[in-house]
Amino acid sequence: MKKFLYVCVIALTAVAATGCAKKATTRAGGDASTSASGTAGAGNGYGTQGAGAGSGFGAGSLDDPSSPLSQRKIYFGLDRYDVGDEYRSVAEAHAGYLRSNPSAAVTLEGHTDERGSREYNIALGERRSNAVRDLMVALGASASQITTVSYGEEKPAADCHDESCWSQNRRVEIVYTSR
Amino acid sequence: MWAELRAVGLLLLALVGTARAELRIEITQGAAQTIPIAVIPYANDGGADAIHAVIGADLARSGQFRLVPDDQLLARPTEAAQVDFRDWKLVMAQYLTIGRMLPQPDGRFTAEFELFNVATGQRMTGARFADVAPASKRRLAHHIADLIYEAITGVRGVFNTRVTYVTQVGNNYELQVADADGYNPTTVLRTQEPILSPTWSADGRFVAYATYANGRAAIFRQDVSSGARQLVSSFPGLNGAPAFSPDGGRMAMVLSKDGNPDIYVMDLGGGPPRRLTQHYAIDTEPTWSPDGRYIYFTSDRSGGPQVYRVPASGGAEERVTFDGNYNTRPAVSPDGRKIAMVHGASGRGYRIAVLDIASRRLDVLTDGPLDESPGFAPNGQVIIYTTKTGGAEALATVSIDGNVRQRLGVTQAKVREPGWSPFSATP
Repeated sequence: MKKFLYVCVIALTAVAATGCAKKATTRAGGDASTSASGTAGAGNGYGTQGAGAGSGFGAGSLDDPSSPLSQRKIYFGLDRYDVGDEYRSVAEAHAGYLRSNPSAAVTLEGHTDERGSREYNIALGERRSNAVRDLMVALGASASQITTVSYGEEKPAADCHDESCWSQNRRVEIVYTSR
Repeated sequence: MWAELRAVGLLLLALVGTARAELRIEITQGAAQTIPIAVIPYANDGGADAIHAVIGADLARSGQFRLVPDDQLLARPTEAAQVDFRDWKLVMAQYLTIGRMLPQPDGRFTAEFELFNVATGQRMTGARFADVAPASKRRLAHHIADLIYEAITGVRGVFNTRVTYVTQVGNNYELQVADADGYNPTTVLRTQEPILSPTWSADGRFVAYATYANGRAAIFRQDVSSGARQLVSSFPGLNGAPAFSPDGGRMAMVLSKDGNPDIYVMDLGGGPPRRLTQHYAIDTEPTWSPDGRYIYFTSDRSGGPQVYRVPASGGAEERVTFDGNYNTRPAVSPDGRKIAMVHGASGRGYRIAVLDIASRRLDVLTDGPLDESPGFAPNGQVIIYTTKTGGAEALATVSIDGNVRQRLGVTQAKVREPGWSPFSATP
């Protein structure tokens, strides 16, 4: 009986390790392309439905590491849910893409660091995802293209217990559910 | 791709009876003065779950008792007539408890126990339990331990209760229910989505919790013994922090379907949730006073989060906490006089504190720095909470006088979100 339990634990640990590795890869991709501003919102014209929409991003540009669309995370200060000026270009790029691609849809996942109570953090995470949603709608995306969900402190991007991780965990992740 | 991942995440399995690694309980600090008691093996009993062994472990684990060691048991009486109190004075025991098992022809058994005051020779309490199924033996032992504890301390024991908690290994989350001593863990829910705020109904039949379903937050209510579960709420936005009313007919929760996190009350018999607070700030973490008159909750309407209360039938909200700039997740004591909470203080982190409502005195009971999710034992004497140290997450308890501390952990898993069951209706 005992032995069986240990086997379970080992199997689950293996799954956990895989999960972590995957997450790290994604994050590296995001961090590698922070030179977002400038082109965002201006439209580079290779979108298929860009005409008249102001900014035209084709679905392919979502996969282009040099596109501002490759940045999918917006970070926040402690207990803050206002989108900093440095992330406005990210919101503009995604709002532009949604405007150019009316069938595209995103989920904005709100996250917090681990400090304080869990349910309060869920509410704080929702504030963050709503702030990004409101900004993207103001920038031309349709509210119907955007779903929000808050995970609070439940799904940290970085797993340590000081500001070096906390600053990475206070974030909204932009997840495309439809292109 | 995402739809697929989500489908995998939603393979929710309600499993009853799956044994998992047990909670291991260690006393990290005992009371300064412990009460010496001799717990004698019962007649016709034995094995790892011998009644006297379970009783002894319960009493020792409370941190308030110390057992007379086996090698100092000068006699092994199982009947009152066999007791010579001089033996027990000699080994400095203040109390002595004896008992016997009486096998029945149908495979069940009858058990009897007695508790004596060694100094006076007085029989303090005792009882007879007939027709006990072998599978209920540990439960009966916990019940006897409760009776002994109450006869000596004047406070009802909580040994025959259960605890629910969430374990996490990687992306695998389980909601478990175990006996208060960590035995008999049962997996109530297994999912790849976070599970939050499990809480018991007052009759101990249901546990409600928040999780995610179809990419949305959702509150479920689940029958602990059958595993049958029911979706209570999954409106757009937040659906969290469920709390059963003391009468079991209603549930308070946080919803943001109307644009902002506010407190709502839903009739579990049906009908739409009724909005109880209406403020542009975050209102969350509702919990009922035991008399059902008030709902306490967390709100950041003053700038930082503080505890407030509002009449459960609606009305004016009033602020309850004033010490420091971070007080969240209130839990009301069973007598309604105290509130446990997460108390944040700069430089000291997040610790569990208890507020005496009438005097407004606030006592910080734990060391932090990342303590959360406090809840009272049903006798109000102990607070259970989550503590994080390094990468580990475990449960811990502290007595309300701060003297007795325990740590409850599961090897290889993070353990969090404890919820202590109400008193059991039957032994």
